[in-house]
Amino acid sequence: MSYLPYTDGERAGLLAALGLSTPGALFEDIPAAARAGGIDGLPGPMDECALAAHLTELAGQNDPAATPFLGAGVYDHYIPAALAGLVSRSEFATAYTPYQPEISQGTLTGIFEFQSHITRLTGLDVANASQYDGASACAEALFMAVGQTRKHRALVSRGVHPEVRRTLRTYARFRGVELAETDTDPQGQSLTGLSEALTDDTAAVIVQNPNFFGVLEPMTAIAALAKAGGAAAVAVCDPLSLAVLKPPGACGFDIAAGECQPLGLPPSFGGPHAGYLATKESYLRRMPGRIAGQTTDAQGRRAFVLTLQAREQHIRRDKAVSNICSNQALCALTATVYLSLMGPKGLVKAAALSAIHMDDLRRTLVSQYGFTQVFDAPFFRECVLRPPEGAVCDWGYDLSADYPELAGARLLCCTEKDGAERRGRILSAWEANR
Amino acid sequence: MSKVIYEHGRPGRGTDYLPEVEVDLAALLGVDNLRGAPPPLPEVGENEVVRHYTNLSRLNYGVDTGFYPLGSCTMKYNPKIGEAAACLPGFAGLHPYARPEHAQGALRVLYDMEAHLSRICGMAAFSLQPAAGAHGELTGLMMISAWHESRGDTARRVMLIPDSAHGTNPASAVMAGFTTRQIPSDSRGLVDLEALKGALGPEVAGLMLTNPNTLGLFERDILEIARLTHEAGGLLYYDGANLNAILGHTSPGAMGFDVVHVNLHKTFATPHGGGGPGSGPVGVTEALAPFLPVPRVVSTAEGLRLETDRPLSIGRVRSFYGNFGVILRAYAYILRLGGRGLTEAAEAAVLHANYVRAKLRGVYDIPYDRVCMHECVFSAARQKEHGASAADIAKGLIDRGFHPPTMYFPLTVREALMVEPTETETPETLDAFIETMTELAALAERDPDALKAAPLSAPVGRPDEAQAARKPVLTFKE
Repeated sequence: MSYLPYTDGERAGLLAALGLSTPGALFEDIPAAARAGGIDGLPGPMDECALAAHLTELAGQNDPAATPFLGAGVYDHYIPAALAGLVSRSEFATAYTPYQPEISQGTLTGIFEFQSHITRLTGLDVANASQYDGASACAEALFMAVGQTRKHRALVSRGVHPEVRRTLRTYARFRGVELAETDTDPQGQSLTGLSEALTDDTAAVIVQNPNFFGVLEPMTAIAALAKAGGAAAVAVCDPLSLAVLKPPGACGFDIAAGECQPLGLPPSFGGPHAGYLATKESYLRRMPGRIAGQTTDAQGRRAFVLTLQAREQHIRRDKAVSNICSNQALCALTATVYLSLMGPKGLVKAAALSAIHMDDLRRTLVSQYGFTQVFDAPFFRECVLRPPEGAVCDWGYDLSADYPELAGARLLCCTEKDGAERRGRILSAWEANR
Repeated sequence: MSKVIYEHGRPGRGTDYLPEVEVDLAALLGVDNLRGAPPPLPEVGENEVVRHYTNLSRLNYGVDTGFYPLGSCTMKYNPKIGEAAACLPGFAGLHPYARPEHAQGALRVLYDMEAHLSRICGMAAFSLQPAAGAHGELTGLMMISAWHESRGDTARRVMLIPDSAHGTNPASAVMAGFTTRQIPSDSRGLVDLEALKGALGPEVAGLMLTNPNTLGLFERDILEIARLTHEAGGLLYYDGANLNAILGHTSPGAMGFDVVHVNLHKTFATPHGGGGPGSGPVGVTEALAPFLPVPRVVSTAEGLRLETDRPLSIGRVRSFYGNFGVILRAYAYILRLGGRGLTEAAEAAVLHANYVRAKLRGVYDIPYDRVCMHECVFSAARQKEHGASAADIAKGLIDRGFHPPTMYFPLTVREALMVEPTETETPETLDAFIETMTELAALAERDPDALKAAPLSAPVGRPDEAQAARKPVLTFKE
């Protein structure tokens, strides 16, 4: 079973045009000792009807609703119904990287809009066409900082998502960059730890806001600290939070990186999503990845192209700023369309409702259910709460593996979908099972 | 001229998707933490947004629009069952931190997909974590570095790379901490064995190879190349960009490769999305399996689960477990075709490339004119002498309804036009392309200037790329 478009007879015609009766002769360059006679041990072929049933059955073995209040880097925000139909259009989905700009203006305009949306959210000058995910975007931000400062040591707060820190560690190890992690203070904030560890040879200070605990960081003070130490300030920001929070550019950060999943991308067991990367003009030529730019054709019509390609692997090979080739174009387009549909008012509502819902949940859990709040600093849509002694609670994200000092505490999350009614149902069910 | 979204809408417009909210954000979040005003995003109603992006999509050309013989990119048809699978709520809605007992279906897809790719590639184990081909290269090269290091062989800092290689190869090598040394091609368009022998040594960590190579030619000396590299203490890396050509006829494992990445968005028919998301799983031999990124999917008495405690692992290369939605589409494709279907797909891909090569021989130069695999590299050098370049031919194709081949790659061929027809095209489409390429060659000879203005029928003409780079305009300004 396959998608070959013709009959055996037609195939024979093509072979005959080459003077062949079977395709075997086309594979004679393969040395006999390396030849295979097919692929053993694969299931299939399956007809589409049977395959659809199999996939539906597998999907049914997952229970997406089983864990309430789960965020920790992937968020269940409302996705407008108009979104899926637009971004699944074949003309977007089945195109490749826009190497031929004349017939790729849809993709290129989308990238240009993505870059525009991201710079407006982050308050920085330029953004690229997207990265694989937030974690790899942060690794690229680290290398931009190392290139710009010509120093080889970086500080990352333990308030940064554990998976982002692990990814940074892998990238840094092989590139010969020393990475030191700094602790958060009793408020769950990073300034003290970073300022104690900062030295003259620090290339980058990497901090997340809201941080992994949901806590808001003193961003302006952290950027000022990095600047005073001659380090690049790198902010890892949830783009949806930037509807209401002070943008990293305004706080004095040099680079912002993060994950676009909250912007209309379904969880999909962790991917595909898209990372974003934004920076100041002065870092532009160190920025990796595709960048779309505006120009004109011979008739003076506006046109978009991939530009500043002298940074990239297909031109510079071993001198390129990164090896990245593709971006996550369709996911970046999804984020773009989401932002265009929501607009400023809608985005602010999503952020504000999420924050209120989490604050309401926190208040209820503390005042009525005996939970304790671990950090006192303001938080956005996530909060670390410790269930009462002896209570079994499996909501949200268990922090014990990543933060042994927080063993037993849960990172809980609310979005605009976690209104009073939904929260009430979950709490009643929990109460009933205690 | 089409608009950008910022040129639509008016202040105050927009569609409500969420309830009204009354909140004192300054009290809740702290006034110093807030931005002064909402972000300056466009304010556009839903109808206008929908029309804008629908119309933008019509400015694009995709596999579903027409023939897309873009060499090295394997623009084959993308079966829609994969899209349907990825949209199932049990997959699309599943949080990556769902507990294993709530994610057995998704873990099953990952576990089985690792096994399927291992069988297809003749490798011992796979990780599905890398997000794209270049990301897979980086991951594989980190593993090679870690493997040498684990043996105390820390002097191996050089990666050998053929001159015909994809640009990602040298760039990935540098990112993994290596320096690169280029291996020239010989008169056959294959790795120059004498040059390879001269380049191998105690400082060499490995050799990166694409086979078939970027000329579409099978490296016939592959077993000798593997022997030489291994005897010199190096490892052999397989860039799987061209895997589509050899499915079922040989495998990276059978050829002696130690590490391989595959591009699910090429060989396994997942949509390219205008440049992503892709997926670049990495496979390895038994000896390198302990170095694969974490987490690994393991089978236990209690079902499938994720394991992170692997002391030799290079660690994470991204968040979570890879581009799951892409992996799921490729999983559906493999099940749909089975081993026999994949083998037939490779045969048809190779047949189609050779058919186009045979029909265009004499029309365009073929620098290495012998049986090719899934793609064939032509040269427009002859047309260039008349004044029409490879780019002019390519733009002429746009006016005639085709997506152009890859231009000016590999770098070892002048005026290169790299044609990869793929297996999913009908004979009529191949013949129409051949006829058009033949007409364009004739036009290039007769009236090359006629091609200089092409394309005339596209939404825009050739953009001024120099202007774009000289005065970058990278965001919308009111």
